[in-house]
Parts: sequence; C-alpha cells; structure tokens
Amino acid sequence: MSLRKLTLLTLSALTLAATAPAGAQTLRFGLAEDPDALDPTLARTFVGRVVFMALCDKLVDIAPDMKIVPQLATEWSWSADSKSLTMKLRPGVTFHDGEKFDAEAVKYNIERHKTLQGSQRRGELSAVSTVDVVDPLTVRINVSAPFAPLLATLSDRAGMMVSPKAAKELGDKFATKPACSGPFRLVERVAQDRIVLERFDGYWNRPQIHLQRIEFRPFTDASVRLANLRAGQLDMLERLAATDIAEVRRDNRLRLGNIVEQGYQGITLNVGKSDRAKTPLGSNPKVREAFDLAIDREALVQVVFNGEFQPGNQWVAPTNPNYAKSVPMRKRDVARAKALLAEAGAPNPVVNLLTPTTSDAQSIAQVIQAMAKEAGFDVRIQAAEFATSLTMADKGDFEAYILAWSGRTDPDGNIFSFVGCKQPLNYAGICNPALDAALNDSRTTNDVAARRKAWEQVATIVATERPILYLYHRKWLWAYNAKLQGFKEYPDGLIRFTDMKL
Amino acid sequence: MLTFLARRLLIVLPTLLFVSIIIFGLQQLLPGDPAIAMAGEERDPQTIAEIRAKYNLDKPLPVQYALWAGGVLRGDLGISIRIQKPVTELLLEKLPVTLELAVLAMLVALAIGLPAGVISAIYNGRWPDYVANVVGLWGLSTPNFWLGIMMILFFSVNLGWLPASGYVPPGEDLLENLRAMAMPAFVLGTGIAAVFMRHTRSAMLQVLSSDYIRTARAKGLAERVVIGKHAMRNAAVPVITLGALEFGQLLGGAVLTEQIFSIPGFGKLIVDAVFNRDYAVVQGVVLVTATAYILLNLLADVAYFLVNPKLRAA
Repeated sequence: MSLRKLTLLTLSALTLAATAPAGAQTLRFGLAEDPDALDPTLARTFVGRVVFMALCDKLVDIAPDMKIVPQLATEWSWSADSKSLTMKLRPGVTFHDGEKFDAEAVKYNIERHKTLQGSQRRGELSAVSTVDVVDPLTVRINVSAPFAPLLATLSDRAGMMVSPKAAKELGDKFATKPACSGPFRLVERVAQDRIVLERFDGYWNRPQIHLQRIEFRPFTDASVRLANLRAGQLDMLERLAATDIAEVRRDNRLRLGNIVEQGYQGITLNVGKSDRAKTPLGSNPKVREAFDLAIDREALVQVVFNGEFQPGNQWVAPTNPNYAKSVPMRKRDVARAKALLAEAGAPNPVVNLLTPTTSDAQSIAQVIQAMAKEAGFDVRIQAAEFATSLTMADKGDFEAYILAWSGRTDPDGNIFSFVGCKQPLNYAGICNPALDAALNDSRTTNDVAARRKAWEQVATIVATERPILYLYHRKWLWAYNAKLQGFKEYPDGLIRFTDMKL
Repeated sequence: MLTFLARRLLIVLPTLLFVSIIIFGLQQLLPGDPAIAMAGEERDPQTIAEIRAKYNLDKPLPVQYALWAGGVLRGDLGISIRIQKPVTELLLEKLPVTLELAVLAMLVALAIGLPAGVISAIYNGRWPDYVANVVGLWGLSTPNFWLGIMMILFFSVNLGWLPASGYVPPGEDLLENLRAMAMPAFVLGTGIAAVFMRHTRSAMLQVLSSDYIRTARAKGLAERVVIGKHAMRNAAVPVITLGALEFGQLLGGAVLTEQIFSIPGFGKLIVDAVFNRDYAVVQGVVLVTATAYILLNLLADVAYFLVNPKLRAA
C-alpha cells in the first residue's frame, strides 16, 4: 500500500468512526476543576463536594428551600438546654465495603473529623464535646455550649459517614479507596482526567437511583467545558459562564439550570487588621460610607454579568428568609458621597484595591474603579494570583480586597468568622463588642425568630461599620442535555443524583 | 566517542543537583503560603499548623531540601498534598500521555516543516518559497489556544468527526486514542513545523551556496543526489539541535493545548500544582523534565556523529 493510500485510510478511519456513545444511563459530568482528596475529613474544595454528593451520604440533607431534611438520620431533637442533639438513624444502611452503618459508626466518624491530622472539619465541629451511643440506632451529640448551626453543618462534609473499618485500615490514604454509603461507589480515579463512579446496589434508596455510572471530568476553561457539552462529550456541566447563558438558551438540545447561591461577592476593607488600615478608608467610617454610596450594584451586575446575578448588601441574598429587611440596599448617591468625603476632609482618597486574577474579579474591580472615581476616589487596582492574594489578606497586607465566599446553609457560616473579633476569616480586623454579643446570641438559641432578631442587629452594625461591602450574589449555573430528567437546583450548588435519568 | 559519552554523562548528575536546588529555591519565592492555600475556605489555624508539620513546611529550608533529596535517592518523590497520592505514581500516570503527545506533535511538525523548508530553499525567491513562507508565518503567529478552540468548534461541535476531549490510553483502544490525540497533536505540531521550516530553509540555503555543492553539481551529479545526499545531511545538524530542544519543551507539558483538549499530561499537572502550591508535584515534574531535557541533548550530540562523519574524526 502506498503511503498516500495509508494516510487516506487512516484519516477516514479516524474521522468516520462515530463518536462512541457511552453506555445508556452513564452521566458524563463536566467539572470546573479537578477535585482534591476524596476523603470527607481532609477535603476542602467546592468541586470535591459535587463528587461527594454521589459518593457519600450525610446524616441530614437540605431541601431546595434550605430546610433540613432526613438522610442517614431519620429524626432528631434538641435537649431542653440545647446542649445535646439526639438522632435516630436509618436502619439497614451499608457502606460500600459491606460494613453496617450504626451509632458506633457515627461516633467514630465525628471523632475522626475532630482528630485526624490535617482535618478540615475540626473548626466546623469545634462545638462538639462528646458523642454517646444510646443504642445501635440512636446517637447523642453533645456540645459544650448551645450551637444552633450544628444541624446545618451535618448536612455537609462534617455529616458524611465513612466505613470505620476502611478508614482504620487506610488511615490518611482513605481518599484512594473511599468507602462511604452514598448511591455510587468509586471505580477509578485518574488525577486531572476522570473520576468514575458506579451505582452501589446495596444502597438504601436503590429504587430511586436510575443512573448506572457517573463520569466526572475536569475542564478548567468554561468555554471548553461548554464546547464539550455541545459536541456530545458531556451530558451536564457545572459553573457555566454567565456570558454563555444566551448561547445555551438558544440551543434547543440544551437546558439551563440556575439558582441564587448561598454565598456572596464582596469587598473586604482593612479597618483594623494591620497598619495598612491607617488610611482615610480604613480609619474613617464616613469615607467607607462614601465608597459604598459611589457603587451602583444594579449597574455593576448589568455591565459585568448581563444582569443575570442578584445585587445585594448582606451576607445572604435579599431572597433568603434570613435577610434583614430593616437594613435595605441603598441607592447610589454620588452627591452625598462627595459631601461625606468633604466632611471627612479627604476629597480624593487613594484606595488600593487587591483583586485575585480571576476574570470576574478583574472586571468588577474596573467597574468599581470607574464608579468610585465619579465621587472623587482614586482606586488603584492591584491584581495578584489567588493563593498569593489570600496570603496577603491573611497578613493584613491590603486596604481593600475583592473576595467571594461560597456560602453555607446556616447564615452563621457566612458571617460569624468574618466579623467576630479575632476569628480566622476576619481579614477586615473588626473588633466590636456589641457585634460579638449579637453574633453569640444568634448561635446560642435554636429559635428561628430569636436568631433572626440577632442577625438584624448584626446587619445594622455591619452596615454602619462596613468591614465588608457586599456587592451581589452569583447564580449557580448548569447546562445539560435536554434528555436529562429529574435535575433539581439547590442553593448549595450541589447535585442530587437521586431521581436523575437519561 | 565512548569517552565523549562518558564525559557527558558525568556532567548530568551535578547538573541535576543544581537544577533541583534552583527549583527548590525558586519555589520558596512564590508568595502564597502552601499551608494557607491548602487549608480550605475556613482556614482553621490549628489545621494550618498541622499541615505545616505534616509536610515539613515548618522546618528550615535546607532541612526541607535534604529530606526531599533523600527521598528522591530512595525513589520516593513525596506525596501530593492536594490529592493525597504519591508523586511517583502521578508522574508514571502522566509521562506516557505527554510522551505520546510529544511524539505525535513532533511527527506532524517534521512531516510539514522539513519538506516545506527544503522546497522553499530549492525554489528560493520563487512562488513555492513564498507559499511556504506565508504558511510558516501563519503557523508561527497563530496562538495554540485560538486554533484549538476553533478546531473543536469546527470538527467536534459542527461536524462531529473528532471528540472534543476524552483521552483514552492507546492500550485500551488505539483508534479512539488517535482520534482524541489528532487535534492536539496537529495544533502543537503546526506551531513547531513553522520553526522547523524556517531553520531548515536557512540551513539549506547556506549549504546550497557552499563550494562543495557547486563542485558536486559541476561533477554532473543528478540534482536529486546533490540535494538528498550532500546538502540535506549537512543541513541536518542545526535541525537536529532544534528538534531536541523543541521535543524537550514538549515534554515539559504543552500547558495550553493540554488544557483545551483536556489531555491529562504534565502540562495540566504542573499548572494545577503551581496554583495549589503542591510543592512535591512541581518538584517531581521539573526533575523529570530536566532529566529528559539533558538526555535529549545528549542524544542530539550522538546524532551529530551519525549524520556528520567529519565530527566522528574529532
């Protein structure tokens, strides 16, 4: 055969072999990054949580309206003094390695979360003092002081239960062969390439699991992720770029999923973290108010995200039931901003704005720079790669920092650590006794109305002191094949694979 | 030749030592703290302290280096902080992928670049030369990222001929493997082909204007023999050097191309590792790449001997 013929033959074979469709009921899912360790105790990334939803069941889950619903625990109650949470466990649950799930397993898992070296769950569970096994299917979790966010915490990784036998055998290598009790079990993982899961036939809710396999594949670039969906290499993808929404809506083979996130995007201001707080912005609340009034949140969202995201001014979105309605978003007022700057004796303050090098943050910074300029601010943008910017924020080496928070089911996770005196995420460096008192009130009662009252106080103080300027709430965006059925949006941005069908 | 080889091999070890120290030092200049980068969103202070202790990040730099180098000598490159997997395993998983992509891209580059270079030299100043130059310039100036996306949109989304992603190991399904590798190899290959074409052309032009070619023609040798036997062999030396360098670069991972086509090779590995401050992985990749680079240069030296008898006497 001549070389020419051979080349032609090879080329035609290459192009004609039809793209082999993956077997029926295989969901091919495009992730925005490669997940980290598949061990609920050590894991730290959002993208890892997407995979965990298929792999590991939790004690409780949330409904789309963020109410806590049963999963491995079927019912629960707080003691009268709010210092212990008693949970009834689901009978007949087995782990992927065939071990039984019971109260001993819950005790083991919570202790593992609290003690394993390098555990990422220790902070979330710091309130938990001991765990008692009441009977094989009843467990009592004791807290050192009343801690209302505990239930919500157990709806995420801290509530994920792994097989004690596998965890003891594998130690910190558990991530290589995770044995949980979720609807799917791990078949293989090739770093940066794919994570393949297969239906676990011993699952307690097996009749409602229709997918046979899930293949997670990471695509860092959002447009490449979408191109793969359009080319039929994927059935679903997470974190669609807001700018691609129109394209997905136009394509009748695709569907769009969206819901407002639990988190927020904001600007953290250094008001007392370090010497760099000694600027007009950091030391004078009037200058901060002027900066706030110079920003038009509606316009910002319109310009950068085609108006797809939701403007906001608190750590939860205005649509959230825990939003303090008495502290509403203020309209832009350049004249008032100028007057405030004149009062403060700083008509043209310089603001160094630190931004991570993600394209969203860069665009926001530029829009804010332009808006603030009209009020007299001289905003200088300083871009730094993400890990670098975090270290700078941690050291207090910044004046203003654009930072997003992915959000927690309990609003406590969006606010306590950020403005509580000396808390780990308090980059602003705010220390306000009245604020701390209100924050503590919101934690020590399980009464929803009382908690909301405490958050209202927090919102009032935060809106005056302005350690963080909340800007808007993103939407979780998914695009998927029109053939996919049973997908429901949840505000935590995670996928419930139960009931999904191709 | 043997003494030459032995001498070159002796230089390899100190070079590697030097490279590894430089890498270790440079990494410390990266401003982000790996423990903070690894500590998740909550960044619990105790967790950060534990991560520092577990991965020896709390020890003085020379001690960290000694611990790492000691491990390397025992064949242990450490563990990836991010995914809790031994670095050696990760490298063994990625090396064949990167190697395959590099070989395929090189084949594309050679198949286009060499003939184009030779032809444009022979037809210097006439229309085939101009065509080759224009095409070469296009290959040089087209960013891989753009070409890659365009190819995906055309061949995968519109025509549906080739998969947009989805690497399959050749041992599992060779045809699927080649289908997945076709576009990335072409994108990478065309960029390098242009470089080859330019260098081959200038090397050929230089050789063609030399005295011995004039002599060969004067002897009445067929043009085919003059070009094929006398000119091309002499023009090959600079091209081999270039080939070795380009190949070495490909082994470092074609970062953008691997990202676009989702090819799980060194490029994706090292980008993720740098952003997550996964030091052990960065060091592992660089060590392997540096070793490959040095060995390739050695091979290029050996190749000079084979193509050019004049060097053998030296």
